[in-house]
Amino acid sequence: MTALTAAAPINLDQTRKVGMLRLIRVELRKVTDTRAGMWLLVAIGLITVAAVTIFLFAADANELTYENFAGVTLTPQGFLLPVLGILAVTSEWSQRTGLVTFTLEPSRSRIVVAKFVAVVALGLAAVAVALVAGALFNMLGSALMDGSGAWNLGMAGGRDFVLLQLMAIVQGLAFGMLLMNSAAAIVLYFVIPTAWSILFGIVSALDDAAPWLDLGTAQQPLFDDHSLTATQWSQILVTATIWIIVPFVAGTVRLLRVELKSA
Amino acid sequence: MIEVDGLTKAYGSYLAVDDVSFRVEPGTVTGFLGPNGAGKSTTMRMMVGLTPPTAGSSTILGVPYSKIPNPGTYVGVLLDASAQHAGRTGREVLHLGAMLMGLAGSRVDEMLELVGLSGTESKRRVGNYSLGMRQRLGIAHALLGDPQVLVLDEPANGLDPAGIRWMRGLLRGFAERGGTVLLSSHLLHEIEMIADELVVIGRGKIVAQGSKDELVAATGTLVRSVDLDTLGLALKQAELEFTHSATGSFIVQGTGEQVGRIAAGAGVILTELRPAEGAGLEEMFLQLTADDARDEVSA
Repeated sequence: MTALTAAAPINLDQTRKVGMLRLIRVELRKVTDTRAGMWLLVAIGLITVAAVTIFLFAADANELTYENFAGVTLTPQGFLLPVLGILAVTSEWSQRTGLVTFTLEPSRSRIVVAKFVAVVALGLAAVAVALVAGALFNMLGSALMDGSGAWNLGMAGGRDFVLLQLMAIVQGLAFGMLLMNSAAAIVLYFVIPTAWSILFGIVSALDDAAPWLDLGTAQQPLFDDHSLTATQWSQILVTATIWIIVPFVAGTVRLLRVELKSA
Repeated sequence: MIEVDGLTKAYGSYLAVDDVSFRVEPGTVTGFLGPNGAGKSTTMRMMVGLTPPTAGSSTILGVPYSKIPNPGTYVGVLLDASAQHAGRTGREVLHLGAMLMGLAGSRVDEMLELVGLSGTESKRRVGNYSLGMRQRLGIAHALLGDPQVLVLDEPANGLDPAGIRWMRGLLRGFAERGGTVLLSSHLLHEIEMIADELVVIGRGKIVAQGSKDELVAATGTLVRSVDLDTLGLALKQAELEFTHSATGSFIVQGTGEQVGRIAAGAGVILTELRPAEGAGLEEMFLQLTADDARDEVSA
């Protein structure tokens, strides 16, 4: 073997890396080009329209305001957005497409960035749909139901809605990266906060601690109040660190290190 | 050009790949042959950076795979034809690849045509594809970026004989244009049809490598008898070297006439006596497979 000489490496100077914008566009397309992905997006659209429609007929006339119309979409959307975030990464394992994804772009951290940007863009799109649907139904409300029709969603309200939905979808992505399994990530995503809330409900001694430990409790002011105190912002930061940032970092580390197998 | 140097992968105390070194030259189709579980796929995954090696290194075109920018345009990789999203159409799978590599959309149609997937087939979801169709799609995906090197794991698996002949033509043409091809298989006859160089792996170790002609044209004589024990004693007395094969025959380092005379002298009835052409490789391969099968039984 000593007689073998190493061949001169090819000249790669003329070849550029795959651009980040291209990676993001591919990741966005991957979320939307499968049956599961397509139906999930359709479901998010439908559930948004359904929420404002029900509210239009169910609420009192004086409650038919822009803030309320946009606000009723938050919870139903918030159920599905995390699933979108989860599937954006777990399909690489459940459908084993990761073999191709991480072969065509060997830098896994760049794929994580692309997926993150892609799901954030989808989260923003969901809020945009909610705001448009809310506006249309606010007009319908004042025209058909003699509703208030007030345009009372200020900048702070819009900011809070964006924050809520982005936290939801990014948390989904984080759980997906951490667990690498669609079913496990979805189940855990829904079970943990519920179990946590029940725990805080039962153990009254934990009442004071809840906004510092339970993401749902800390997020409550984002739904309605929109004028948060420094303490409330701190509570959001602390709970988001526990439930979103730490899982995201741990998930990223796992994804960077895991061995990709075909079976 | 592919160079693999001392690649090793340990899972705990189990060595899946044990100090594997080989080299694949441009212009050749090299077969990576070994029974299931011999370490072929693990070696290939290490070559493209999906599995971190415990020791050793590998380069493709003179550089580590992960250092190649937009690697799909240099190296076509197919590690598992079934590893595609079942809910995507074949065309969409290729479209995503072309988009990522920054290729013109027309490349998708060219590749579909090249691998013989029709317009209607390409619009069906991969979940409804047969294994043969998935292999064709996988080959199309590997060739999408017009690469110089192909790394294909079991690409002929699931192809019918006509499909295997088609793949031979395709890979030969690729190699004749100066391309480098490494393909794995656990089937000897498949590899014999397609490859001209061989790397044989068993239990994580390279057990033979060289040109197919060299390995197939192993010298010696294959002999089969109703009384191998007596024949073995007679051969030992005549100081002829021989190996015991898994299928109950000897490969003797001697001519047919020598073996025949010894057998006649010992009064042993022979049931087969022929040049061991190809039998060497086949026996070696059967031995590897048989050893692994025994392991599974005892484990």
